[in-house]
Amino acid sequence: MNPIRKKRLYLIGMMVAGIGVAAWLALNAFDENLMFFFSPSEIAEGKAPTGHPFRVGGLVSNNSVKRKPDGLTTAFDVTDNAETVTVEYTGILPDLFREGQGIVALGQLNESGIFVASEVLAKHDENYMPPEVADSLKTAHDEGVNEMQQQVSVQ
Amino acid sequence: MIPEIGHYALILALSLAIIQAVIPLAGTYTNTHSWMALSRPLVWGHLLFLTISTVVLANAFLANDFSVIYVAQHGNTKLPDLYKVSAVWGAHEGSLLLWAFLLAAWSAAIALFSRNLPLPVVARVLSVMGMISIGFLLFLLMTSNPFDRTFPVPFEGRELNPMLQDPGLAIHPPLLYMGYVGFSVAFAFSIAALLGGKLDASWARWSRPWTTVAWVFLTVGIALGSWWAYYELGWGGWWFWDPVENASLMPWLVGTALMHSLAVTEKRGAFKSWTVLLALFAFSLSLLGTFLVRSGVLTSVHSFASDPERGVFILIFLLVAIGGSLMLYAWRAPYISGGGRFDLISRETFLLGNNLLLSVLAGLILLGTLAPLIYDAMEWGKISVGFPWFNKMFVLLTPFLALLMGVGSISRWKHTDAAFLVKQLKVAFIISMVFGLLTLLPMFSGGNLMVGLGMGLAMWVVTSHLVNVKERLKHKAGFNGFLRDLSGGGRSYYGMILAHMGVAMFIVGVTMVSNYGIEQDIRMSPGDTADIAGYEFKFEGVSEFPGPNYNAHRGRFLISKDGEQIAILQPEKRTYFVQTRPMTEAGIDWGLTRDLYVSLGESLGGGDWSMRLYYKPYIRWIWIASIFMGLGGLLAISDRRYRTARKRSRSTSTLTAGSSTTAATESHS
Repeated sequence: MNPIRKKRLYLIGMMVAGIGVAAWLALNAFDENLMFFFSPSEIAEGKAPTGHPFRVGGLVSNNSVKRKPDGLTTAFDVTDNAETVTVEYTGILPDLFREGQGIVALGQLNESGIFVASEVLAKHDENYMPPEVADSLKTAHDEGVNEMQQQVSVQ
Repeated sequence: MIPEIGHYALILALSLAIIQAVIPLAGTYTNTHSWMALSRPLVWGHLLFLTISTVVLANAFLANDFSVIYVAQHGNTKLPDLYKVSAVWGAHEGSLLLWAFLLAAWSAAIALFSRNLPLPVVARVLSVMGMISIGFLLFLLMTSNPFDRTFPVPFEGRELNPMLQDPGLAIHPPLLYMGYVGFSVAFAFSIAALLGGKLDASWARWSRPWTTVAWVFLTVGIALGSWWAYYELGWGGWWFWDPVENASLMPWLVGTALMHSLAVTEKRGAFKSWTVLLALFAFSLSLLGTFLVRSGVLTSVHSFASDPERGVFILIFLLVAIGGSLMLYAWRAPYISGGGRFDLISRETFLLGNNLLLSVLAGLILLGTLAPLIYDAMEWGKISVGFPWFNKMFVLLTPFLALLMGVGSISRWKHTDAAFLVKQLKVAFIISMVFGLLTLLPMFSGGNLMVGLGMGLAMWVVTSHLVNVKERLKHKAGFNGFLRDLSGGGRSYYGMILAHMGVAMFIVGVTMVSNYGIEQDIRMSPGDTADIAGYEFKFEGVSEFPGPNYNAHRGRFLISKDGEQIAILQPEKRTYFVQTRPMTEAGIDWGLTRDLYVSLGESLGGGDWSMRLYYKPYIRWIWIASIFMGLGGLLAISDRRYRTARKRSRSTSTLTAGSSTTAATESHS
């Protein structure tokens, strides 16, 4: 093999190895950091993991926002109009957080089925609904309609 | 009537863009001089009509013409004039108009500064710019016409999103778009070169300053957005790995790679096909970025409500632009001749390493950004990628970039002796190691490896470049020699040094703020004090305060250190009249080595408030770094080389052009 070829081979070898290692590390870490989204209905069905963080989203139920005596912890219900999950968050809520607003919360379920959030996101455009939330609302709505239709046909 | 003029001008601009895309390009095949020569006047006409459109829309905002839907949705009689103008690009339709306008402006800049380029090249480049413009104008006219009317006419507009009512944000989108659109020039030059089959050093030399200018705009635009998010969102963060931020970072990374790769192509004729590919990707990612924001497919703070019709158009446009250019590349790239040879230890190799790292980083961010879409499409579930992952990837790759930066910039083209590198960099390496290790001592970080790594790398970038400058000035007479170098051909070199110093500052800022930043959510009653990092925050209470188009609750904090008062902070919670939404305005005492930051939460009754207090060490360095990078870029393009190159190419073209059609144009113009 002539020396230029050899050098080029070294170079390519190093590049491939480098990129390979980087890609391997990246994909490994990727799986750990994936956060799945579950709607309140899916949580009620027991689909959501316990002890592993995930995201939940829906509308903040009316008259459900309660503040704990420390003034910083807030508990509120998030609903997809079918099921509801209680979320607890300590800290300052985003400006656009309010009852009836679509939000996404990040955190984990504790033993008593309360979702302890580490982050609450409310979007900056009040007409904007996070796509996941819009989807889960639609699913819950469709299922509700189906159920009603089935009931009607049974009758 | 006036808005219809804007609409009509938009249609005329489209017609001109179509002619601009077709005729001059056809002229290059049939060798019809008059067709090719049409491109410049067409570009000017195109710019004229888009200017009319943009001015008409701005005027509609200033005149409170709420019969135009877009104005009714985003304008308001009480909006300050500055924000009436910035409302033009405050939402979907208008920001696309701004895009199209800036594209026309860049095209006109090419038409203006390309007097020394051969006419066929100009014709091809401007044709490609025309094609891009067709896409945008069709999109505007078919799905997002900013001049649509509404009836009955509302009495009052719904006002610009209060988040966007901020001077920083008034100029952030135009700067960012200047960067995005600017990469279209490198893209057009590459496509033109692929079409013409002539990829050589002069192609790289023409592309270089344009790419650098676009890169400067993008750098400053991104930094401005980050700065705005920091003080306006009240979260105290400077980067959130939000899909839209990622969308601007990807073209930046690839654009940075492109700048470096163009240097190799110009100086050594190597990496040609790679450079072309980067140019294609930089602009493709800009397009993707623009549309990612617009389509609303990803959950992001920037998303606007989505519209399926737009989504389909966007998808087709992206397919045509990206797919088409890649196909052209696949077809023509094999005919690109290889460049000069180089050894394993040479500047080329190190720059190749830099390119690969930047591209891999961009690729990873692309993966993380698009993964939610892919998972959703595959029905694997709805996911998001946590930002710890992005941070991890960044920390994994950037140290290598910083290391290569020091070695690469001091190596010689083609071949460098390993012994030379060791000799040059020995001292710098030892100083950086010692510095990094020192920061691990108990009185500094107490063994925080990330701090040691970050500070060591920053020191490495600084010292290795100092050695570099010293080596360059070795044969020049002292300070005068430096000045002569700076006014002579050394500007691109010093630009590089300046920009790389920016990288060092950036590393310092990121390292310090992510390791030593303090954040605290607390409840305070008037008179309460809180102690953070040795600073005492005394809360004096909140009072009401009227603004022009909002009402504010304004808090008052006395900040003192060692019993001495150093600042008064007045964070606000505003409620805007029209959109009746609360907005947080943080109170910030800024300093070169630390920011103190207060944002109000909610009133808890009895004068108590929840609030968030921050101590942010060295966070300013992150943005100052971008100024250094930007100035470095500007210094580089002011290099005499580009001007003399221009003169030289002009004289050669007139000398050799006797028989060709080019001669005629050159003498005409």
